[in-house]
Amino acid sequence: MTLESNLARLLREGHFAVTAEVGPPKGASADPLLQKAAALKGYVDAVNVTDCQTAVVRLSSIAAAVHLKAAGLEPVVQMTGRDRNRIAIQSDLLGAYSLGVRNLLCLTGDHQRFGNHPEARGVFDLDSIQMVAMVRRLGDPGEFLCGEPIRGERPRFFVGAVENPFAGPLEMRVRRLEKKIEAGAEFIQTQCVFDLERFRRFMAMVREHGLHRRGRILAGVTPLKSVRMARFMRDQVAGITIPDEVLARLENAADPAAAGVSLCVEQISELRKIEGVAGVHIMAIAWEQIVPEIVRRAGLYPRPAQ
Amino acid sequence: MIVAEAKPFAEVAGMIGGCRRLLVVACAGCTAVCGVGGVRQAGELAAALRIHFRLKGLELETEVTGVTRQCEPEFVGELAEAVARCGAVLSFGCGVGVQFVADRFAGVPVFPALNTRFAGGFTVSGAWEERCRLCGDCQLHLTGGICPLTRCAKGILNGPCGGVQDGRCEVGWDVPCAWMLIHERLAALGRTELLRPIRPPRNWAHTSAGPRRQGVSTDDSGK
Repeated sequence: MTLESNLARLLREGHFAVTAEVGPPKGASADPLLQKAAALKGYVDAVNVTDCQTAVVRLSSIAAAVHLKAAGLEPVVQMTGRDRNRIAIQSDLLGAYSLGVRNLLCLTGDHQRFGNHPEARGVFDLDSIQMVAMVRRLGDPGEFLCGEPIRGERPRFFVGAVENPFAGPLEMRVRRLEKKIEAGAEFIQTQCVFDLERFRRFMAMVREHGLHRRGRILAGVTPLKSVRMARFMRDQVAGITIPDEVLARLENAADPAAAGVSLCVEQISELRKIEGVAGVHIMAIAWEQIVPEIVRRAGLYPRPAQ
Repeated sequence: MIVAEAKPFAEVAGMIGGCRRLLVVACAGCTAVCGVGGVRQAGELAAALRIHFRLKGLELETEVTGVTRQCEPEFVGELAEAVARCGAVLSFGCGVGVQFVADRFAGVPVFPALNTRFAGGFTVSGAWEERCRLCGDCQLHLTGGICPLTRCAKGILNGPCGGVQDGRCEVGWDVPCAWMLIHERLAALGRTELLRPIRPPRNWAHTSAGPRRQGVSTDDSGK
């Protein structure tokens, strides 16, 4: 069993990290996951497993992480506060750690209204910031949220959080990022970057506050597969901005998917130049097979040894 | 105040099916003020129910009355004679009123005419909005007089989340982001330093162990 997170080690050693997002299937077989794992193996340092993203029921993120780990990938488990209260979160995290999970990404969670059970009661007992603080305390000093000590082994997760540089005034986003890092977030995954100009301004403010030294920032990227997908993300997905010139490149391309991949590769190369960006997180939505090509063309292959 | 809305007619007609005589009780408190629970609405629904059952060849007799507030036993007590005459009650009180009527008249079925929605007020004439979750631990001094528990869709205490766009909430673009409102208000007050500390998880203990009480001695020892 791995004692330390490989992702944490790579970031500490100064490698430019590459992670990818994997959505678990809407069924009880691990086969779709294992197919994705086979495609990604060797091309990413860790895979991030979503926790019923957009509030749609899927195979559990912890179970999926265990399957991926068995297939030789390092998982990052996403945990949201939407479906679990503080008792369930802590219990599930003890279980995840006991199964070898070492990386955790804490999120408040997409509102249940967007999912396939809009009638569900949203829990939201803890927000992402409160969850990060709680998880850090589980590891050190080794106590539950209530203050009771953990018996035996403590779960010492490498703890992350997300930030969306494109939602609301920049100053407010940076302030919230600071709160997440203050709470103990060790790495930060951002929403997909399409608007590089705004992201550069965001990172400048992050550096002014010295936040890039306290938390490792992984910039999110998403290859756009079609004009339709780009328009959908721009118009329907909250907190995503896609500049007109990005859309135009897809619209004018003979092969929009190929243009989307090239665009993603260029974005990664631009992101690598920004001081304080410690890696990229590739969210190839329902298109995980394209990740190896992106990683190769971005000059990020081979990956450092695990 | 408590804001309520009328139940669908078919639902009310369904629940009172089988009653021959019905006492229809308005409330002059909150539900009357929000235009759904007063004597006029009670009278209209009583008439509609009579017609509905007559068209089915059934006879329903109704008696319409009202009390000052159904959430006070003293006022509810005034109904005793009418309840005895009718043997069933359709209440236009909020959920509290319906239960106080049911408490007072143990052998009588009591039906709710309304759905009790929330504690709020009207923002413009005729439009009501929730403003308080009645959580019992008011933090409005920290949030510029704007309640995030009530007005943020996720009720988060360290907002805003990443779903805000142009000051609007992702759950509905007609909903302002509560945390943006809080930020703007505290900025205008020169008190944004209130946003810096991490607000700890809430204590729900006092809201989840049966009905909340006040003014009665309670045994908190658990023994």
